[in-house]
Amino acid sequence: MLYIKCPYCGLRAQKEFSYGGDATVKRPNINEEVSSEDWDNFVYMRKSPRGKHLELWQHIAGCRQWIKVQRDTATHEIFQTAKVTEEIR
Amino acid sequence: MQKYSVFSLIKNAFSNHQNWEVAWKDPTPKSEYDVVIIGGGGHGLATAYYLAKEHNIRNVAIIEKGWIGGGNVGRNTTIIRSNFMYDANARFNEFGMDLWRNLSQELNFNVMFSPRGIINLAHSDAQMNAYARRGNSMRLNGIDAKLLDRDEVKKLIPMADFSDEVRFPIFGGLMQPSAGTARHDAVAWGYARQADDMGVDIIQHCEVTGFDVVNGKIKGIRTSRGDIKAKKVGLCVAGSTNILAEKLNMTLPIETHVLQACVSEPVKPLLDGVVTFGAGHFYISQSDKGEMVMGGDLDGYNSYAQRGNLPTIQHVLTGGLALFPFLSRLKMLRTWGGIMDMSMDGSPIIDKTHIEGLYLNCGWCYGGFKSTPVSGWTFAHTIAQDQVHELNSELRLNRFSTGHLLDEKGLGTKTWIG
Repeated sequence: MLYIKCPYCGLRAQKEFSYGGDATVKRPNINEEVSSEDWDNFVYMRKSPRGKHLELWQHIAGCRQWIKVQRDTATHEIFQTAKVTEEIR
Repeated sequence: MQKYSVFSLIKNAFSNHQNWEVAWKDPTPKSEYDVVIIGGGGHGLATAYYLAKEHNIRNVAIIEKGWIGGGNVGRNTTIIRSNFMYDANARFNEFGMDLWRNLSQELNFNVMFSPRGIINLAHSDAQMNAYARRGNSMRLNGIDAKLLDRDEVKKLIPMADFSDEVRFPIFGGLMQPSAGTARHDAVAWGYARQADDMGVDIIQHCEVTGFDVVNGKIKGIRTSRGDIKAKKVGLCVAGSTNILAEKLNMTLPIETHVLQACVSEPVKPLLDGVVTFGAGHFYISQSDKGEMVMGGDLDGYNSYAQRGNLPTIQHVLTGGLALFPFLSRLKMLRTWGGIMDMSMDGSPIIDKTHIEGLYLNCGWCYGGFKSTPVSGWTFAHTIAQDQVHELNSELRLNRFSTGHLLDEKGLGTKTWIG
């Protein structure tokens, strides 16, 4: 079981969360000309690194907030969590 | 090479089976090969075998970081099927079914292919309609499909919960009678033994650390056991695809996730073929030893750990219990995990790349084992001829940018949901 520290609710079990994927993927800006390649990169292309991974989770069975989690994809260790508006370095 | 037969078995019995030939050698890497296949799993071994057999390219090396058959080919739940709706997937996997049917004879190795059928259960009228459509598509592609009503399903799996109190009653199902299971390790070993016999070097415990690319052309690879020159390099590394892609500065439409499976203690023959639960993600078959082999959802987050967490096992088995209440009396023998190269539309990629001489075989999601022979066959063709075969002409990397997706399940890019 993973234990994820929700910035709003504290340490909670993995079962309360749902995964939202890579947090470093940026949606192209609205109202700007977007090339097909940029759309491709946004929709399909993923680095999926082995090691530190910055990702989104939603505390779906709790406060329902989206949060950022920095986790190791090889060991499942969680280093840091933050609100989506905050930065994790 | 020593032929395996009942006579060789009897002959070797006289020497207490101490004098069998080694099945494959343990060579030191040469400095140069015509083709280097990275990844000694089922797909890599099959690719090397078909390169030697179909295309007479024998100066081939397989580079494996661990030991052959130690990854997903030894971790899957051994299901073989071709019950796909889209033409590209159906044709590809049905060609594979033909290879499976003859594989034990061809490899002189009993892969124990056992076509006892797969039943996908339906739990609503809408699901029955969807299965009727899928079954018709399959039949148009020459694949056997049979739409079963509730009573027909009951005859085949009477131990399922057919009572009135269930949340998801069984309405019927779609069956592919020619689907089945095989002994997964034997597939890897059988291909390895034949490939080795035809001159392929199987190099184990050798990690690829980098690539030598000059002017957009592959020149060789760097490994933990020295540099190896190669005219062509094929990537068959499933869950490690993104790691190697990063070394090539490539970004792929793939995420790596962990999938778990489990087996129960062995029991007497109970379940004939494979059954999938249509209202949750759960499937089950019984191994020849009698263990109930079960699997279901991905854990649902990026992972390279080859092990998962208990909540997913619990969730999967909750679905299992809803379908087969008898499972509550069985002890679980073990659980394990493997890492999946989840492509963004759920279908595989077998293609050339923008680097000349570099070929890609990945994106198998959790369905790579059934395609082992056809994947090797088409990948060998793609490498040898430097062009895709008709069978993998739609399994290309550029389908994501051109919009020709093969989203068999229609799940979009949220790979962790599927």
